[in-house]
Amino acid sequence: MKKEERIKPIVMRFVVEQGNFQLAGEASSRIKSRLLQLGFSGSLIRRIAIATYEAEMNLVIHSYGGTIEAQIIPEIVTILASDTGPGIPDLEKAMQEGFSTAPEEIREMGFGAGMGLPNMRNCSTEFEIVSEIGKGTNITMVIS
Amino acid sequence: MNSYFHSVTLDKELCRGCTNCIKRCPTEAIRVREGKAKIIDVRCIDCGECIRICPHHAKLALTDTLESIKKFKYPVALPAPSLYGQFGSEVTINQIITGLLELGFYKVEEVAYGAELVSRAVEDFLQHNYFPKPAISAACPAVLRLIQVKFPELINHIIPIKAPMETAAALAREEMQKEGYPSKEVGIFFISPCAAKVTAVKNPLGTSTSAVDGVIGISELFGPLSKIIKKRQEVPNLRKSTAAGVSWAVTGGESRLLRDIRYLAVDGIVDVSRVFEEVVMGRLIGVEFIEGLACVGGCVGGPLTVENPFMAKALINSYAKAKQVKLPELPPHPDWQDLLWENKIKPLDVLRLDDDMKVAMQKMEAMESLQQALPGLDCGSCGAPTCRALAEDIVQKQADEVDCVFKLREKVTELAEMMVELSSKMPPSMGEKDKQKR
Ligand SMILES: Nc1ncnc2c1ncn2[C@@H]1O[C@H](COP(=O)(O)OP(=O)(O)OP(=O)(O)O)[C@@H](O)[C@H]1O
Ligand code: SF4
Ligand SMILES: [Mg+2]
Repeated sequence: MKKEERIKPIVMRFVVEQGNFQLAGEASSRIKSRLLQLGFSGSLIRRIAIATYEAEMNLVIHSYGGTIEAQIIPEIVTILASDTGPGIPDLEKAMQEGFSTAPEEIREMGFGAGMGLPNMRNCSTEFEIVSEIGKGTNITMVIS
Repeated sequence: MNSYFHSVTLDKELCRGCTNCIKRCPTEAIRVREGKAKIIDVRCIDCGECIRICPHHAKLALTDTLESIKKFKYPVALPAPSLYGQFGSEVTINQIITGLLELGFYKVEEVAYGAELVSRAVEDFLQHNYFPKPAISAACPAVLRLIQVKFPELINHIIPIKAPMETAAALAREEMQKEGYPSKEVGIFFISPCAAKVTAVKNPLGTSTSAVDGVIGISELFGPLSKIIKKRQEVPNLRKSTAAGVSWAVTGGESRLLRDIRYLAVDGIVDVSRVFEEVVMGRLIGVEFIEGLACVGGCVGGPLTVENPFMAKALINSYAKAKQVKLPELPPHPDWQDLLWENKIKPLDVLRLDDDMKVAMQKMEAMESLQQALPGLDCGSCGAPTCRALAEDIVQKQADEVDCVFKLREKVTELAEMMVELSSKMPPSMGEKDKQKR
């Protein structure tokens, strides 16, 4: 049998700054429009867009800043969100629906329902989160 | 794919090949080629932005003429609610209806009344069906096309209920039939604020055929109609609509009629896009209904209207305030099934680079490197709206790298340098002396 051709993924990488609400959503939106051009289905694009947006917003709101990377191969997208701190003290708690440490002013902007991480997990086919206090948080989501 | 009819077209004579329209098009559906604008049919959503922006008035909407109603023995006029905002506060809706009859229409069926039926149906539909939220209004055909082209993931959010125009048309047909007029002799004409409605009649969305026979632009009818309408003249009361249906002419009019629902009303195709973008990313939690209208101000801002949209809006709003808002009775659910769409609408897949995703990926990589090499000025001189769009056109073999003036200059410089170099070269047979002589 012919050896399956290895496909070089399309990689998109974005730097996300802490507290920069002006640019928030940019990464998700750009990734989404590329997926449309590649011919991904509406329902898959939707899940990817939601998961990426939640990850991006968490970087803006809760982290010191970091990066969002999308690796795209046919029908499968891997999203990597990583930041440089402060890390999440209790992952189990953070993953619960409704848990949030978002301060009042963030809640006033419509965030802080504590639904971001649970949504990311629900949208993903594979979901992994690793966090270390002082070092940062790394999230890997495979969505297909 | 090519058979798709569009109302928005180009008058080649008038087009000067300037790049105003390519920049303004929300779906990047226009290119300038050989000095003239060219609309890429499958991408065009008939929003009319190019009609508004073109300084040479070279973008037109294909519509029917007033003359064409004579083809039918019993022409019926379906005035859009926005028509009521065109003649200033001195003219009443009854005078406008009378005017239409005097222009040669046999009967008038108000789209504003159709809108009231739709309002009822939508309210009932949302109460009795589980439906993805936010539910999106199906009223504006340009917005529906926008969803088909750019937001396939939102297609199942569109409320599958006919637009007021189709509802009124079906009603008019039914009434005329009941009264015994032969169906062939009845011609139904929508009086339209926009090109998108023309396209929606020719290529119906959600139904296989349209009940409308022709579409006449408000601008076409405005002159003769204003002449016929005699101000303050006594006219019979022919109105069937209330302020409720009339208010559909402005942004928010439709939403305000839905009781106990958290809505968001947005107008202008750019802002509508922005809101949809947010919906896709899971924001706008709690919003249950979105009314998106392609034209700023709503249909009173349609490209075929005459009156200043802000004046028209104020007028329409004054009706809504002065009159009590009353919705017509609809039979209880589910008896309004007739208003439901017959067919599902599908995504158009026109932005994808290739049917084969692997090939699409290769094309995207190629686009990426091409784009890197382009100046990034998005100047439009190449005929494409952005450098990225040109890169896409090159990859799709619709354009050439030297269409970019900067790339062309680079190439010319290279060539010139090569020529200088060549000119200093001598045939080996010529000696040093020959060279000095020259
Ligand atoms: N990248 C991160 N760095 C540090 N803490 C984080 C990070 N991401 C999430 N957290 C913590 O986990 C909590 C839960 O995150 P989650 O995204 O589920 O909810 P939220 O961001 O608070 O609210 P929502 O996402 O609904 O707006 C956050 O309140 C925050 O304390
Ligand atoms: S907002 Fe109204 S006038 Fe404008 S395109 Fe949509 S339906 Fe037509
Ligand atoms: Mg969050």
